[in-house]
Amino acid sequence: MTQRLRVRYAKRGRLRFTSHRDISRAIERAVRRAGIPVAFSAGFSPHPKISYAGAAPTGVASEAEYLEIGLTRRCDPQRLRADLDASLPPGLDALDVVESGGGGLADRLHGSVWLVRLRGVRPADAADAVERFLAREQVEVERLTKKGMRRFDTRQAVVGLTVEGAGEPAGQEPDRRGEEHDSTPCAILRMVVRHVTPAVRPDDVLAGLRLVAELAPPSPPEVIRLAQGPLDDETGGLTDPLDFDRDVADSRDDEQGTVDGAGECAASVGGDVAADL
Amino acid sequence: MSVESLFPRLEPLLPRVQKPIQYVGGELNSTVKDWDDAEVRWALMYPDAYEVGLPNQGVQILYEILNELEGTLAERTYAVWPDLEALMREHGVPQFTVDAHRPVRAFDVFGLSFSTELGYTNMLTALSLAGIPLHAADRTEEDPIVLAGGHAAFNPEPIADFVDAAVLGDGEQIAIAITEVIREWKAEGRPGGRDELLLRLAESGGVYVPKFYDVDYHPDGRIQRVAPNQPGVPFRVHKHTVMDLDEWPYPKKPLVPLAETVHERFSVEIFRGCTRGCRFCQAGMITRPVRERSITTVAAMVENGVRESGFNEVGLLSLSSADHSEIGEIAKGLADRYEGTQTSLSLPSTRVDAFNITLANEFSRNGRRSGLTFAPEGGSERMRKVINKMVTEEDLIRTVSTAYSQGWRQVKLYFMCGLPTEQDEDVMAIADLARKVIKAGREVTGTRDIRCTVSIGGFVPKPHTPFQWAGQTDHETVDRRLRELRDDLRRDKEYGRAIGFRYHDGKPSIVEGLLSRGDRRVGRVVQAVWEAGGRFDGWSEHFSYDRWMECAAKALADTGVDVDWYTTRERDEHEVLPWDHLDAGLDREWLWQDWQDSLSDVEVEDCRWTPCYDCGVCPTMGTEIQIGPTGKKLLPLTVI
Ligand code: B12
Ligand code: SF4
Repeated sequence: MTQRLRVRYAKRGRLRFTSHRDISRAIERAVRRAGIPVAFSAGFSPHPKISYAGAAPTGVASEAEYLEIGLTRRCDPQRLRADLDASLPPGLDALDVVESGGGGLADRLHGSVWLVRLRGVRPADAADAVERFLAREQVEVERLTKKGMRRFDTRQAVVGLTVEGAGEPAGQEPDRRGEEHDSTPCAILRMVVRHVTPAVRPDDVLAGLRLVAELAPPSPPEVIRLAQGPLDDETGGLTDPLDFDRDVADSRDDEQGTVDGAGECAASVGGDVAADL
Repeated sequence: MSVESLFPRLEPLLPRVQKPIQYVGGELNSTVKDWDDAEVRWALMYPDAYEVGLPNQGVQILYEILNELEGTLAERTYAVWPDLEALMREHGVPQFTVDAHRPVRAFDVFGLSFSTELGYTNMLTALSLAGIPLHAADRTEEDPIVLAGGHAAFNPEPIADFVDAAVLGDGEQIAIAITEVIREWKAEGRPGGRDELLLRLAESGGVYVPKFYDVDYHPDGRIQRVAPNQPGVPFRVHKHTVMDLDEWPYPKKPLVPLAETVHERFSVEIFRGCTRGCRFCQAGMITRPVRERSITTVAAMVENGVRESGFNEVGLLSLSSADHSEIGEIAKGLADRYEGTQTSLSLPSTRVDAFNITLANEFSRNGRRSGLTFAPEGGSERMRKVINKMVTEEDLIRTVSTAYSQGWRQVKLYFMCGLPTEQDEDVMAIADLARKVIKAGREVTGTRDIRCTVSIGGFVPKPHTPFQWAGQTDHETVDRRLRELRDDLRRDKEYGRAIGFRYHDGKPSIVEGLLSRGDRRVGRVVQAVWEAGGRFDGWSEHFSYDRWMECAAKALADTGVDVDWYTTRERDEHEVLPWDHLDAGLDREWLWQDWQDSLSDVEVEDCRWTPCYDCGVCPTMGTEIQIGPTGKKLLPLTVI
């Protein structure tokens, strides 16, 4: 492996229904189609060196998913982003690529910003529930996990929780053909949640709201992750986890003057066949 | 009139069901065409779960060919799982296509692909969710033409009440022809309505319209005659055969799903048809004659398919892939081309000979040597003669030990239980064979680290085969023989642990038998089972034998016939069979003679390499064998 790139990608619209396994298959295939020179692990059944950090659950859209890919040849990150994006199915979109500056990417993902759209819930009712939730020290909920029913606190993981009122959350697929724009109320929650174990997910926070204020949305919530990254304890917000890598890359560029090997990343599989046919 | 997407109504239901991704479409290489620009619109269904249906080549091919036609649109739909079915009923969401989420009822044709009869109940679910009347007789101008295709459509009588029409054989050309008939009829302002359209299709001779045929029965329940009830409708309907498969190199744009499916690979059919003449094999009989794709077309399809899909596995598919006249060259050429690219090649190997191992070695050149499969099908030499699987015990043991000696550690052997004339000792012979295989394997390899898995399926007599007259073995006998075989292997101290044993119980085969050789009266059983909750009959967790038997008893009560009559009863030469008016090209007298030959252990050769033995197909269908060799070689792929 000669280069490691870190990729931020989105899963949008109807592709939010993909599971993490679905996404990794789709990405591996896109990498092959795009002819990206991905490195393979050694051994009996070699697999491409692509690793994922903190994947959003099935059913949740995201603007901030991360993966790291190992290459056998140096590639220009911008060109790789474009190639990968063109090859991914619509709805999976490569947004940002930087060369790894070292360290573990997953270690930098301390928290997430989530936007949760609750159709049929009046913003005032949501605001009331949020207020009660925040007033508590602890809000314990139960969830069925692979290891059985677990009970855990949701309150401490919530760094921020606000109600944004009616409107479309960003990043939603704009193809809601035929949808009537009626007067159904809609509350939008913005949550900043710290990554803890066991994980506290937006639906756990919703379970907490239900517990403290009987907030029960009549239809399934639409959830989208807006960001992941280091938590800024002062502002309660998140910073870009790739900033560090960008800084390292910039200082390297300053030393070398140019990006090494830019533009070398041409198709290496699936090229044209010789004229024997 | 435009049709709106059902997706906004479906979307809120999806978080509440298992694996929602299977319902959203958006597969790579899928096509969404403008509704209003199309004159003829097809909804194609593989009536099983998305994970099984999506990889189906038949549907992918027709989907692509139809969408290539100007003014024609094709979308796909699959069986929804019971969790979504319940929600769709609760919220009034009809059966939808996954491409543009359009309601199936809005299409002109609803084409279903039946590779197995076990999809019949799922068809009824789809019709009912779509809001299309279950019975063809109750449909109006608002409903699509419900059209069945695929291998099971060679006897569509059990679903004759539910389908408007059926097509036998290869679908490529006939789908285009049907489209043309519909286009004309619509352009003329739909004269004569639905019936006139069906009549035009029936008169062409290539489409079977059950309602234009009357079936009369003898007092004892046998069929007296099947005859057209309309002038212009032919007495017999013929199957379709695509000649020159190089002209039809589909799929060109393989569908790549987001959801996980049963077949995660790009498959190329390297030939169609099979003339080995295995007597139990319906597929072999109804797809004659052999038509090969040339080595260069195969290679070009592989190259294109890998590039278009990003799959890392390629399957070379056919009924007996090792029989391709240039398979050695294909294997070597592809293995050379893809060496070191992480693209693996596979060949469903079934032929029992050393050559097959050479091929498997080529294909596993840069991968692992995990398992090899051979299909002797019958345990004893006598049994193999009856079914015309020409393999001697010597051949088998020699082949399998060669495999072990070349580094293969795991060999799978495929057999059937319940074959005509089978005795207990024929099944017990499977155990002896397995023991001999392991013994020889240990000798040649000097290690005990080798395994053999015996996998057994129940035999079901199928229409258009020499065994179409045979009595099916009852499930009690099949289960008893399998139990004894299992116990015998378990008791074996020396070899037992090296032999794996996989089998299914015999009950589902009886239901398959009922549906395979059933007539129109069986339709009531299918409907009763569906009404009683029958769904996904190909899935053991959903299948209920008792439900089938209870419903059959009630539905057939006033007919004088029962499940045994359809399954375990042997037919005589002159009985009118429910599919006799459907022509697969096979000469009935030849089939009967072959049935008689099987009973006296007489074998037939493969007509690819020996003179024609007059099965009837080529002259009736105007077809011929198309095989190589072309003598061409594959050059390495150049990378730019
Ligand atoms: C790959 C394969 C599988 C795969 C993938 C299945 C899939 N989703 O496609 C897997 C492993 C899952 C599988 C499973 C089974 N399979 Co399978 N399978 C095959 C295989 C090797 C290739 C099928 C194929 O792609 N053929 C090529 C395509 C192009 O042909 P086609 O589908 O028939 O379509 C053409 C025509 O029939 C027609 N057509 C088809 N549909 C329609 C619809 C309309 C409207 C029209 C007009 C035309 C039309 O047009 C198409 C193009 O010409 C065949 C053997 C073979 N070589 O055919 C066996 C085969 C089809 N399978 C068979 C069986 C028995 C099964 C199982 C029932 C096994 C079991 N007991 O579990 C299951 C059933 C799965 C299910 N629930 O549907 C048998 C069918 C027996 C028969 N009646 O002839 C076959 C023939 C093998 C054999 N020799 O016995 N199978
Ligand atoms: S007619 Fe003759 S050549 Fe053609 S498939 Fe039958 S036996 Fe073979």
